[in-house]
Amino acid sequence: MAKEKANSGPLARRPDNSAFKQQRLPAWSPMLTANTVLPFFYCMAVLCMLLGVWLLVTVQNTQELKVSEPEFSQIYLTDALCASALMISILFLSQGNVFFYYGLRNFHQNLRRYMDSRDDAQMVGRKKNLKSPSTYCEPFEKDENGLPIAPCGAVANSIFNDSFTLVYHGSKGSTIHVPLYRSGLTWYTDKNIKYRNPKVDNLTLAQVFEGTAKPLYWHKPVYELDPHNPDNNGFINEDLIVWMREAAFPNFKKLYGILNRVSEPFTEGLPVGNYSIEISYNFPVQYFRGRKEVVLTTVTWFGGQNHFLPIAYLVTGGLILLLAVILTVIWWKFGKDGKNMKE
Amino acid sequence: MLRWIRQQLGFDPPHQSETRTVYVANRFPQHGHYVPQRFADNRIISSKYTIWNFVPKNLFEQFRRIANFYFLIIFLVQLMIDTPTSPVTSGLPLFFVITVTAIKQGYEDWLRHKADNEVNGAPVFVVRSGSLVQTRSKNIRVGDIVRVAKDETFPADLVLLSSDRSDGTCHITTTSLDGETNLKTHYSVAETSVCQSVSRLEALQAVVECQQPEADLYRFVGRITVTQHGEEIVRPLGPENLLLRGARLKNTKEIFGVAVYTGMESKMALNYKCKSQKRSAVEKSMNTFLIIYLGILLFEAVLSTILKYAWQAEDKWDEPFYNHKTEQERNSSPILKFISDFLAFLVLYNFIIPISLYVTVEMQKFLGSFFIGWDLDLYHEESDQKAQVNTSDLNEELGQVEYVFTDKTGTLTENEMQFRECSINGTKYQEINGKLVPEGLTDDSPDGSTPHLTGEELLFLKAVSLCHTVQISYDQPDCLAGGGDPFSHANGFSTNDMEYYASSPDEKALVEATKRMGVAFTSSNGATMEIKTFGKSEKYKLLHVLEFDANRRRMSVILQTPSGGTVLFTKGAESAILPFTTSGEIEKTRLHVDEFALKGLRTLVVACRHFSPEEYIDVDRCLNAARTALQQREERLQEAFSYIERDLQLLGATGVEDKLQDKVQETIEALRLAGIKVWVLTGDKHETAVSVSLSCGHFHRTMNILELLQQRSDNECAEQLRRLARRIKEDHVIQHGLVVDGASLSLALREHEKLFMEVCKNCSAVLCCRMAPLQKAKVVRLLKTSPEKPITLAIGDGANDVSMIQEAHVGIGIMGKEGRQAVRNSDYAIARFKFLAKLLLVHGHFYYIRIATLVQYFFYKNVCFITPQFLYQFFCLFSQQTLYDSVYLTLYNICFTSLPILVYSLFEQLVHPHVLQNKPVLYRDISRNSLLSFRTFLYWTLLGFCHAFVFFFGSYVLMGEDTTLMGNGQILRANRQLMFGNWTFGTLVFTVMVITVTLKLALETHFWTWMNHFVTWGSIAFYFIFSLFYGGIIWPFLHTQDMYFVFVQLLSSGSAWFAIIIIVVTCLFPDVVKKVFYRHLQPTSTQKSQSVPPPQAQALSCMESLCCYQHGQSGCSRLARLLEQMTGNCQASANHCHAASQSNRSWSNSENFYSSDRSILTLSPIDGSQC
Repeated sequence: MAKEKANSGPLARRPDNSAFKQQRLPAWSPMLTANTVLPFFYCMAVLCMLLGVWLLVTVQNTQELKVSEPEFSQIYLTDALCASALMISILFLSQGNVFFYYGLRNFHQNLRRYMDSRDDAQMVGRKKNLKSPSTYCEPFEKDENGLPIAPCGAVANSIFNDSFTLVYHGSKGSTIHVPLYRSGLTWYTDKNIKYRNPKVDNLTLAQVFEGTAKPLYWHKPVYELDPHNPDNNGFINEDLIVWMREAAFPNFKKLYGILNRVSEPFTEGLPVGNYSIEISYNFPVQYFRGRKEVVLTTVTWFGGQNHFLPIAYLVTGGLILLLAVILTVIWWKFGKDGKNMKE
Repeated sequence: MLRWIRQQLGFDPPHQSETRTVYVANRFPQHGHYVPQRFADNRIISSKYTIWNFVPKNLFEQFRRIANFYFLIIFLVQLMIDTPTSPVTSGLPLFFVITVTAIKQGYEDWLRHKADNEVNGAPVFVVRSGSLVQTRSKNIRVGDIVRVAKDETFPADLVLLSSDRSDGTCHITTTSLDGETNLKTHYSVAETSVCQSVSRLEALQAVVECQQPEADLYRFVGRITVTQHGEEIVRPLGPENLLLRGARLKNTKEIFGVAVYTGMESKMALNYKCKSQKRSAVEKSMNTFLIIYLGILLFEAVLSTILKYAWQAEDKWDEPFYNHKTEQERNSSPILKFISDFLAFLVLYNFIIPISLYVTVEMQKFLGSFFIGWDLDLYHEESDQKAQVNTSDLNEELGQVEYVFTDKTGTLTENEMQFRECSINGTKYQEINGKLVPEGLTDDSPDGSTPHLTGEELLFLKAVSLCHTVQISYDQPDCLAGGGDPFSHANGFSTNDMEYYASSPDEKALVEATKRMGVAFTSSNGATMEIKTFGKSEKYKLLHVLEFDANRRRMSVILQTPSGGTVLFTKGAESAILPFTTSGEIEKTRLHVDEFALKGLRTLVVACRHFSPEEYIDVDRCLNAARTALQQREERLQEAFSYIERDLQLLGATGVEDKLQDKVQETIEALRLAGIKVWVLTGDKHETAVSVSLSCGHFHRTMNILELLQQRSDNECAEQLRRLARRIKEDHVIQHGLVVDGASLSLALREHEKLFMEVCKNCSAVLCCRMAPLQKAKVVRLLKTSPEKPITLAIGDGANDVSMIQEAHVGIGIMGKEGRQAVRNSDYAIARFKFLAKLLLVHGHFYYIRIATLVQYFFYKNVCFITPQFLYQFFCLFSQQTLYDSVYLTLYNICFTSLPILVYSLFEQLVHPHVLQNKPVLYRDISRNSLLSFRTFLYWTLLGFCHAFVFFFGSYVLMGEDTTLMGNGQILRANRQLMFGNWTFGTLVFTVMVITVTLKLALETHFWTWMNHFVTWGSIAFYFIFSLFYGGIIWPFLHTQDMYFVFVQLLSSGSAWFAIIIIVVTCLFPDVVKKVFYRHLQPTSTQKSQSVPPPQAQALSCMESLCCYQHGQSGCSRLARLLEQMTGNCQASANHCHAASQSNRSWSNSENFYSSDRSILTLSPIDGSQC
């Protein structure tokens, strides 16, 4: 009632004189003028340059060795199963952790239908989905007998199944197998949450997967992928998980193993010397004119050998500096006293 | 049955006959052929929807919109074929947009429902079966007799049967219908007016025949047939018998009326109909841009499809061993595959069309328009009126106006009339201290003495005090009771306390003036009028009123004098009366009228005619015949009127002053500086119009005034036009003003439109006088459709401006004294003309900049969004793989980037409002839709493409081929190292994009309120939080868990952070540089005025908003001083002059457009030479 009375005065319809309604909210109005921008530009230029130099130094500390396929395709025979050995020599000491990658060129993991052809519900260990894979897996959903495939889909089906052994030829003619970690290659969350084997109650993996077929191109069923480590079998096999993270581009590399620095002479990394890589050759690449490669690299805190970032920072810093100088000149000549801004 | 269905569906108009027959109290004839007519019930339905039809009807209306329909099609395509993105990605935004709009419309409709129910459920009293029954308003049927008591509104259109007064009259106000505040007298037919009780009404046998419902409030033609004692009496019915729904009963205890038009057929409801939709220039260019983008979309889709098939020509790419096709794919026909591929690409790229553009624009307009109503500077204290927004669709159009068409009376002037002078029988008189004094004499008679008036003077005063339709308010019952006889001469308060209500302010001013001079109009009760000449009461019987109309431009009354004679008094425009006068001082009066007009007074000429008894009988018959005619009544009345109003004896003329409104001159000057051409369109005489035009600054003294007047023939008119065009060409230094009158204008428009337009365009001020309402609209349309298609604005206050207000791009109503019709038909309504400056220069400017940036930014951000997706196809063999996750695709437009632009478009102020108002020139910076020109559009689009390239290839180079992004585990020990897949890549691109796009808007923002800060940083923060949340859960209902922990992994990589920073910097840096360079090398005047030195800006901001106008005034007065210096004071020292001309030169150097319009500048060389 009182409110109504207040609203019935002679100025009843007078709008509120509030900052909001009168569009007078306190506000900050920055202006992009040389005076405000130039110091900022110089700071940025210096900052970018410094970062660039720092990144460059860091990158220079990484070492990378890439062995492309032509070097081992000569030895390669057309047989489906074949083993070959490749000699390489490392002329520098790789310090710290050495990462062993395999790479593929021209292999499109990013095709839409290929990428869709997987069943994460099956891989996360749901029993129901194990026996009835998603239709997205077509045509790798069921084998010719009608048995559900586990893991289903084109991605799992086309897993890279070459295996590598790195051998160190010591100075005294001795050969030592370089020990590689074959686990710890995946994201923690992938290994422990996103990929699970179906619940095992006193059953072996083989029993759990009973009633499913192995993928068409596979030699071994999923529960026998790693003969050495029984905990690395089934859907949580690390090679499988690594493969299942589809690459964005047709040329990619994926992690195969990490140097295990427990024993001499590898405690400091890979020592200088001759090495050979023994490859059991399973994965055909000639159909898609692909190539394989093997990469040995060390990494720093921000990743492997990547010259893009330092160069980008240096170039950007340089450009900013250049433009800042030009702007300073212009400002000095035309607009210092703001005469252009006068009306 | 069939016909009934067709009627319900609206195919057949339900009423076949030309008239409707209403049986009073629904007593149908017992015998004879009778076909009952169907009438609507008395329910008012202003709501659009019911609960049942809301969903289908609203959906249907929304999908009629082309953008919504487009997204519906996309959605359906996604449902039908196998597409890269799930239907949710386009379904959800569409659903969101549709829902928001539906909620808004539903809410508005709910309010209407509530209002309807209130109206329809209002209690009314109806006479049924011999007694008064209370019922609800919606139950009234046509033919019911309704009782309405004092101060109630009429529930339907009623024909007045009787009132509690014996003469059967009643008073009503129609304020809520047309805003006219005067009391109007309505009459009942003598035969029915005796039925003052329910029982008498019960005996009444009557039939009303009238025309079918129509919207015109002031037209009603019908007749009533009363059967009394077996004989039928026919009486005419006109608007004065009809009580309109919505009007209110005044001064009358109760009335009875029969409902003739009910519910949606009542005149008020028929006037509800929504106005034709006006579309702003921004919306038009927005649609053009949409079409261009549709083109881009189609091009990209076609290109992708073709490339895909070019690629697939080789078998191994069509079906590599690791990616077998399903049986179904293999078997489908190639053409079908091709089409479905094309559609899939269309779906993939469809986000390039900004789905939320329309809904954001709508919300921006709806919310933004509140600021106009809230503005204290647009609030008029005296009348307690604030600005009113009727259409929010046109906000930005206020910033684009190039032509202003303004009415004169009530718009430029106050419409507050003051009697000043008159001419009686060839002698000029002035009013001094309430006495009529011949010109030249001073008021030397002692106070209190009764002045002696000659016979002519007295007759003139009587004529003025009788010839009108003024009503007197009786609204002082206490006073009357206390004073005893209200008309007692002794205390005389009755004449002092009397208040006149008139529909025309001129009449009121005249009647008040005659009262002061001793001839007071004291009462009227329909049939008689009473005046008191110096205390002596005289009663005149009112025989006929010949109402005013705009074509005749005069009105008359026929009276029976106390002595028994019959006399006609007429008054009107001089051109409408002088040709019909036969005696009196015609020539002198004409001269006087012209003199009055030159002084800017409104003139009326008064004449009379005495009838002999025979003549009167003839006149009476003639009038009655015309009034009772059912067909062509108007025409016949016109004939009768012109038959009567002739052979007049000229009595004299009156001059009434209409005060100029506050700050009209400053406003017009400001508009002119803003590059807006002001045309004054008025119905007044040419001399009056010119003098008002001069006094309000529309015409300058220095202007060369060209005239196109009184053209009688086509050739003459063309010749004159050519002459004028030549003169303009010869003399282009000086400014020109053009005066046209209505008759010449219609000649000029008929044949020589082009020539006329050319002349007009070269004149800086145009004045059209003697304009009929439709002619005003015609002029507006002429300008509107001229090749340059300028944006026009019409402003007016009266019913005669309505057509022009509706015709112009933006119609503005002045809430004045002439009713609300202009306001109701306008898009915006303001209380005073001076508010126009702020409305256009500040609000218009703001809205335009806001919406223009909004539109451009929307296109930009969607190009940024979708182009990386397009580029990615080149790397995935055109397999239609999406780059971003579906959820990101869905939420990009509705969550991550929607709020900053909305807040920007509500609060942005490029320049301080006070600066905008003080420097009207800034308005030119945005004229002709410059911020949405093709160049700026191209800039934004290309910018979008460039940014998209940087996002994509920056990320590609960073992690595309074979680099490792993760370190050896400093950040997350558990995840030593690791590989990034395509989703990580997409997320990186998306993250960079969200940040860049948001910061780009931040760069554009010039007015950072806390809300801008909140939504800008909040949007980025929300994106991060949302992504963490979204990636942190295995979603049970999704078939892939692509995004699981992807975002966390991305952020735990140091190089990803470095990459994000460098890519964002690279994108935005050139933009900053460009802005700085432009500002320093080629600053626009807007940018210049942004750099108001801080102390001044501070002073401005701490100023109270009410002072704002004072500030504006000081700016204007400074200008006026400058003007004076340049034009007038040439005698000032040469030194001074030199300085002035120098400053002028520098002015014209920097801004050459000044020279085109500013008279000071064009005059400065002359000054210089004289000095």
